[in-house]
Amino acid sequence: MARTLAPVVAVERSANEARAARRDRLAGAAFTLPALIWILIFFAAPLVLMAYFSFTPLSPTGGRGAIGLGNYRAFFAESAYVEALWNSVVTTAIVVVLSLLLAYPFAFAIATKVPRSWQRLALAVAILPFWTSYVVRSYAWLLALSPSGVINWTLHALGVTHHPLMLAYSPGATILGFVHFFIMLNTLTIYANLVQINPRYVLAARDLGAGAWRSFLTITLPLSIPGVMVGAFLTVVLCIGDYVTPQILGGFRELLLPQVIMMQIQRQLDLPMASTMSLLMTIVVAIVYLAMQRWLRMARL
Amino acid sequence: MIRFFSRYFGTALATLYMLACYAFIFLPVGVLVLFSFQDGRLPVPPFHGPTLVWYGRALGNDRLMAGLGNSLIVGAVSSALSVLLGFLAAYGIARYIFPGRRALQAFLVLPLAVSYLLIGMGLLVTLSAFGLSPSLEMVVVGHVVINMPLAFAIVLAQLGEHQRRMEWAARDLGASTARILLTIVVPLIAPALIAAFCLCFTLSWDEFLISFLVTRFDVTLPVVIWTMLRGGLNPQTNAVGSIIFAGSILLVATVEALLFGKRRA
Repeated sequence: MARTLAPVVAVERSANEARAARRDRLAGAAFTLPALIWILIFFAAPLVLMAYFSFTPLSPTGGRGAIGLGNYRAFFAESAYVEALWNSVVTTAIVVVLSLLLAYPFAFAIATKVPRSWQRLALAVAILPFWTSYVVRSYAWLLALSPSGVINWTLHALGVTHHPLMLAYSPGATILGFVHFFIMLNTLTIYANLVQINPRYVLAARDLGAGAWRSFLTITLPLSIPGVMVGAFLTVVLCIGDYVTPQILGGFRELLLPQVIMMQIQRQLDLPMASTMSLLMTIVVAIVYLAMQRWLRMARL
Repeated sequence: MIRFFSRYFGTALATLYMLACYAFIFLPVGVLVLFSFQDGRLPVPPFHGPTLVWYGRALGNDRLMAGLGNSLIVGAVSSALSVLLGFLAAYGIARYIFPGRRALQAFLVLPLAVSYLLIGMGLLVTLSAFGLSPSLEMVVVGHVVINMPLAFAIVLAQLGEHQRRMEWAARDLGASTARILLTIVVPLIAPALIAAFCLCFTLSWDEFLISFLVTRFDVTLPVVIWTMLRGGLNPQTNAVGSIIFAGSILLVATVEALLFGKRRA
């Protein structure tokens, strides 16, 4: 009885499964649809529109001109714009290097010197100021750096300086503000990578006679490169596109690209040019992504 | 002996370095909070006080309070929308098999890899192309774009296999999909949903650039603070900054407790 029924049951089951699979496809798509539509309309479409804008420069009369590369040519013909792009790239590079150099030992100390049960807390405390807006954080640095601020006051009290140093409103202040933020970010990504490394590798190396430095340089450091790279990439994305920190701390001697973009929007009322600049900025980020792709992929595994 | 000494020395050095890092990280926030209690016109040393007068001023400042109200509304609405859309999408991807699932997942988190300036610019260009005027609604739209991917990722990580059995059992007993969602899935991952809401709210309430680009008259709190900065250093700005900081910390602590509290116990 059971034997004769088996094929029938199997056929019915496979029909059921096919129906279930079809329903799965429809239902799965239906659940993701609202989010997909939102991202398409309010994220993807605006970016496409921006690209279109960037190819239709404003004509001298104020209307929109013919489609062409006019804006891109105009960008590279204007030395102030190219300089802003260059300043942004250099500033970002300095910030990436400095924040990684400072964050790595910090993350390493938390991962190796702090007792395990306290590590989460140590990390949570280390990134606490991360949760304030750029505006408040930059203002706070302005307070600390101002001629009568805490830093100058302390230096004066210690007798190191006799006249207040002009610390705020300089490219150095911008870099300081950025490095402060990205130390927190990079500590987080590097720590997350360090605790994933199997401690037995280092123990094995030590057993085989390698010193502390040698085992760090040949084992821990290479294995932590993916975490370093994720941190570096996030730093590039967030740093090159930030307007607030340079605008509050940087003064007006050396403008960065986002500042020039905002000037196009607010003063020149030239949205097509602002779109062109934003896309050029994105191209720089994309190039960095392609160059680092290998390590970013590894980090995901 | 040398080895013992060098290890001791290394630990001391690491401790010193960590203390220096903590000092550097907390320097600006410490200065901000300390001088919000300053009894004087300028938030710089020497410190006099403490006084709560600047908090009183801030709470009595109509523009600031209007900004605070707007920020709370934008934060609540955009976070609720982000969690709702993110949850539905995560459920669809975790529980159903359909072609293009992986690509869709990658596409939905794409806004996380793009700077806020680009998202804000895109919305501004859209407003201008359709002749719409800047408004708080556009801030909500922008904040959902940046926060929904995050809510999606958080919920997706929490939709494990173990809840699936209960869903199957309920389905066998004849429950509809809507009923399964409301009576089983949502209660089971409620901590993740609340945590995602709090995180989205924190990010929305701190966000400046998108709000700055797509609003004009009705603005959010960070934009009001931005305009206050033109007046130079002022303890009232310290007070508002400290309030924002405290609010963010409270929300992040809630997230921490909800998402990781269980694991520790």
